[in-house]
Amino acid sequence: MTNKLETADSPDRLKRVVIEPLTRVEGHGKVTLLLDDDNHIEQARLHIVEFRGFEKFIQGRPYWELPVLVQRLCGICPVSHHLVAAKACDMLVGTQQLTPTAEKIRRLMHLGQTLQSHALHFFHLSSPDLLFGFDDEVRHRNIIGVIEDYPDIAMQGVLLRKFGQEVIRMTSGRRVHGTGAIPGGVNKSLSIEERDALLADVDQMIAWGQATVELIRRIYLEHRNYHNEFATIDTSMLSLAREDGALELYDGGLRAKDADGKLIFDQIDNCKYGDYLHEGIKSWSYMKFPFIVSRGMENGWYRVGPLARVNNCDYIDTPLAEAARKDFRELSNGPVQSTLGYHWARMIELLHCTEAIRDLLHDNDLLGNDLINKGDMQQTSIGIIEAPRGTLVHQYEIDDDGLVTKANLIVSTTNNNQAMNESIRQVASHYLDGKHLTEPLLNQIEVAVRAYDPCLSCATHALGKMPLVIELQNPDGTLAERLVKDSDSTFTSS
Amino acid sequence: MATRKPILVFGYGNPSRGDDALGPALIDLLTEQIQPGMPLEHHVELLTDFQLQIEHAMDLVDRKQVIFVDASVTSTEPFGYSAIKAGKDTSYTTHAMSPAAVLHVYEKLNGKPVPRCDLLSIRGRSFELGQPVSTAAQANLHAAYRFTLENLINDIS
Repeated sequence: MTNKLETADSPDRLKRVVIEPLTRVEGHGKVTLLLDDDNHIEQARLHIVEFRGFEKFIQGRPYWELPVLVQRLCGICPVSHHLVAAKACDMLVGTQQLTPTAEKIRRLMHLGQTLQSHALHFFHLSSPDLLFGFDDEVRHRNIIGVIEDYPDIAMQGVLLRKFGQEVIRMTSGRRVHGTGAIPGGVNKSLSIEERDALLADVDQMIAWGQATVELIRRIYLEHRNYHNEFATIDTSMLSLAREDGALELYDGGLRAKDADGKLIFDQIDNCKYGDYLHEGIKSWSYMKFPFIVSRGMENGWYRVGPLARVNNCDYIDTPLAEAARKDFRELSNGPVQSTLGYHWARMIELLHCTEAIRDLLHDNDLLGNDLINKGDMQQTSIGIIEAPRGTLVHQYEIDDDGLVTKANLIVSTTNNNQAMNESIRQVASHYLDGKHLTEPLLNQIEVAVRAYDPCLSCATHALGKMPLVIELQNPDGTLAERLVKDSDSTFTSS
Repeated sequence: MATRKPILVFGYGNPSRGDDALGPALIDLLTEQIQPGMPLEHHVELLTDFQLQIEHAMDLVDRKQVIFVDASVTSTEPFGYSAIKAGKDTSYTTHAMSPAAVLHVYEKLNGKPVPRCDLLSIRGRSFELGQPVSTAAQANLHAAYRFTLENLINDIS
């Protein structure tokens, strides 16, 4: 199933194009393309710097620090790391069942996180591509362009994200790097004032969630065939699912379906994930390549995230999102494999989050005082959660003093590693092959990656401090062409 | 949206990065002044965050005045105080938007001019990760605090 463009036969004889950094994607990513003399693509690879050092850094730290420590992994979804580490710590402190208040506060926090992250992705990062076109002028193809041309849409995005941040602040204590989840429970519940403040706005958020689903639906269907084909690959999909098959973001068992939608496994206990998923290694990448054991490394890779979750689940337990899911699944007889379908699926989840937040806010358990439940300590633990971008695994071992001796983290980006590589190869072979490379063409590579795993953190360095430089080298290593995006977004070629 | 207090003081910076914490530190000092029964209770709201982002434009809505508080690496005085105008720059592509860019977003989203906005810049010296606010910057912080408190009390009088 692996695309032939992964490794060229004679790389030394080929020209090399590097897109570095990829803007608006998580971490410091780059794409390398190898081309022959006629600009035919012979090799395409995505490289992302992983946070492997963090697993070593964690060692020796007391386990109770983990939910706070691991948030520093990511500036975009720290809450997901916070919660999955807390889930793993629940096992360490012997918690068999969280108190109702603790579980619902955590679920609310996670819904707020997913809502704000999905809003960030769609409105801030990807809507410029979707609203203006992949080849729009780069000075205009950004969030400020959206604010200027579509202020109503931009306002909805800003306020949806802000609402999610408020949910996080009220459940974790802070908008960023909160401390609400602790081993065995939470350290605060909601006050009546906090609950009522969120209730006052939640119906508006649901309405905007509906509008956003309709927006991406319209954009997608306007160029249905193109969007169906762009960066599309047929893959298996992995996610958590509730025992009854419902979409599940916080807990549940692992479910995998093949490219035709047939179950590979279902309701796998989190603690047994290692029996079903392995991580492969390739010589050219520091990032691992997870795969489903029964399928082998060559054919067992898969996709995670909104597309996988919406495809994998049997239903969504909130009515508006469920109606949107059914509509979305009409795109295909089997699973929707369109990579740009990620955007649509993500907005369905955003709508679900708004509905689920409203439902939870009417549950008085959120106001309770029974916050922690602990049992007998144990020394190994595994936590799995559906982070906004996909399945996230934390595994820990501690010693008798409660100090971490081993940690393994499989983040969403790693789970999507092979799939993102395959999608950029599809784009490279379909849209770039044989052409003179320009910024709009190369942006299509970034559009494919953004559909999986966008993140603002990389853009921090995109302008001013780290200009985008694309170099085309001859086989002898001399420079053939150089394209530079400066801090004011102007392009110069030399 | 609940009724907002007319004045927002927004200190931003990384509390774990030495003198970058000066903005949040000033907010900490002001917190006591907005407690129940204190003169600023009904007039001033305090806010902190690591960096400015697009969403912060919405914190400016329905304000009479906004004071941004940040650490400064260029100031030669213990602190500086100046008005800010909306301006479009490229900082929106980063995690660290400029106050002017936040004001620009506000105007575009709301279709009206921003309220009166000022920037209080407190001189910092050391920005090392994991370090507390330096001794030298502490003096600047307290000078800026006294200045701010005096101004706020004058404004509401």
